Amino acid sequence: MLRLALKMLLGDRAKYIMLVGGLTFSALLMTQQRAVFTGLVSWTTSHMRNMRASIWVVEHRVEQVNETKALRDTDVNRVRSVSTVDYAVPLFQGVLKARAADGSDKQIQLIGLHAGTLKGRPTVMVEGGEEGLERLRIANNVVVDVLASKRLAAGLGRPLQIGDTFEINDREARVVGICKTEPHFFGYPYVFSSYDQALQYAPRQRKMLSMILAEPKEGHSAEEVAQQISNETGLRAYTVPEFEKATVDWVWKNTGIPVSFLTTIILGFVVGVAVAGQTFYSFVLENLKHLGALKAMGASNGLISAMLFVQAMTVGLIGYGMGVGLTAVFGFIVRPIGQPPFVISIETLVGTLFSILVICTLAALFGILKVARLEPAVVFRG
Amino acid sequence: MKTETNGSNSNGAASELAIDARSIVKVFGLGDARTVALKGANFSARQGELHLVVGPSGCGKTTLLSVVAGTLNWDEGKVQVFGTSLDGMKRSEITDFRRRNVGFIFQQFNLIPTLNLIENISVPLLLNGIRRRTAEDKAGELLKRVGLAGKETKRPTQLSGGQQQRVAIARALVHEPRLVICDEPTSALDSETGHQIMDLLTTAARAPGRCVVIVTHDPRVYSYADRITQMEDGRVMAVLDGEPLQQFVHSTH
Ligand SMILES: Nc1ncnc2c1ncn2[C@@H]1O[C@H](COP(=O)(O)OP(=O)(O)O)[C@@H](O)[C@H]1O
Ligand SMILES: [Mg+2]
Repeated sequence: MLRLALKMLLGDRAKYIMLVGGLTFSALLMTQQRAVFTGLVSWTTSHMRNMRASIWVVEHRVEQVNETKALRDTDVNRVRSVSTVDYAVPLFQGVLKARAADGSDKQIQLIGLHAGTLKGRPTVMVEGGEEGLERLRIANNVVVDVLASKRLAAGLGRPLQIGDTFEINDREARVVGICKTEPHFFGYPYVFSSYDQALQYAPRQRKMLSMILAEPKEGHSAEEVAQQISNETGLRAYTVPEFEKATVDWVWKNTGIPVSFLTTIILGFVVGVAVAGQTFYSFVLENLKHLGALKAMGASNGLISAMLFVQAMTVGLIGYGMGVGLTAVFGFIVRPIGQPPFVISIETLVGTLFSILVICTLAALFGILKVARLEPAVVFRG
Repeated sequence: MKTETNGSNSNGAASELAIDARSIVKVFGLGDARTVALKGANFSARQGELHLVVGPSGCGKTTLLSVVAGTLNWDEGKVQVFGTSLDGMKRSEITDFRRRNVGFIFQQFNLIPTLNLIENISVPLLLNGIRRRTAEDKAGELLKRVGLAGKETKRPTQLSGGQQQRVAIARALVHEPRLVICDEPTSALDSETGHQIMDLLTTAARAPGRCVVIVTHDPRVYSYADRITQMEDGRVMAVLDGEPLQQFVHSTH
């Protein structure tokens, strides 16, 4: 009978297409929005993946990685003096103005790396290689990321190459390497220089130290050392997972981003319930005469419920597959553009599947309630 | 498929009766909408009999048929079908009973339009747990018997009304139920088709241990009846057979 139930459903082309279409749209909306949201959240912590370090020490009021409050120069030594710290280096980071070839100003994220260790240096070099990074120790040299090489090339007709120069705050910057980065949360292109060079570029201020990057001594965990730094210096030391979590929490608490995505995702769910529930219910109503006849012929409520359930779940799974498929197609299209950020996680797939199954269960339940109350004798009435 | 009577409360005279319904009262609705559709109706049908129930529209024929077919609860009275008492049976028990013992034919045919003829006919067998292969073979035999061989994979909507009703008969008979219940099976059909349908139903009724009950107000088919029950206003007024039956049949022609 379940096989016949499927034939009954597939035989009704219009309803079938409507159901699958509605569920596909719903699955697409939920998956796509969650994927963009997941991507966006991963953007908020991209900074930490662009500059690797086990422990990030910041001013004690800093709540997330995209925020800086300057430290005193002497704080580096205070961190170094914590017994379990292997080494600690200063880091400058700031948003500065750079001048493109056509004279226009572009904002850049300038990172000043400790010259001795180059701790926090870009992980993937596209041009210039390790040698290019070494040359950061020489005055006026910078490594730019691919985005910067394009953005600062305005008026040049080609991306910046090694040997090209541009200006940061009216001072010369010479490109000695090009690296790959994950997009910064605020969309700034990255420019790396040595710490001392960065202080030359940046407008003079009383405190110039943005952050301290540290590594634990052998035999000590990052958590333990971060805790000890926080306790002994009064600064705030985060491990990478802690800083990521703090950053994501901050986004949830302080921006409307999660709410607006949540709204769209809920909208997808509601659309699914409305379209699928409605269509399925009218499918049941149209077939009420036949379902009544089946009841008269001795089909139990259990069997009829199972039939409706199989019908609903079938369109649900097909709609889910198509919705996720379309989302993946969308993902492939936007991947080379890099906008919007797009990450389909297992949680997203499972979440959408669960939502679609809930929608279909609800739709089937409406029908089941209707049919359960149906007197088999109705089939004798015209 | 073997059919069987449940229960053992059958004795000499009762065992000849396919249906024995006594003093049935059925009330629909409450307050102003209250309608007493059956007012103590007595009805019986014998095994091997084609039994017609006639009477003016609204007199309670369909209601009586629904009660004896086990598709409708009634308020007072006793109902036995092939010696099995339906009184106080649980809903699920009645459903099981119907599935094994009752075949249905409706005025509007009620075939499922998205299924082909074989699938439609095999439904009662599938409901009784028969495997699909076996069920479809049996359905094919029945389709042949009602004269529609070669149309196995057609949809009901591709057939004429008379052909559809023949498919419905095949569906009603495929699991060899002891009782076949028909509500106005010929009203939607022309005269000649109506006679074909009645021939098929007569054959079905003649098989041993069977019974066909037909509600109708179509005088063209009265001559097929072994007996006729006349109803009026929720009551059975007369049961005709022998000479009175012949007179009734002629008087309505
Ligand atoms: N489900 C129902 N609800 C309310 N009244 C009903 C219902 N079914 C039948 N009736 C009433 O019961 C009476 C008998 O109906 P029915 O058995 O259909 O008569 P017949 O089949 O002889 O035309 C009619 O007055 C009808 O209006
Ligand atoms: Mg009627």
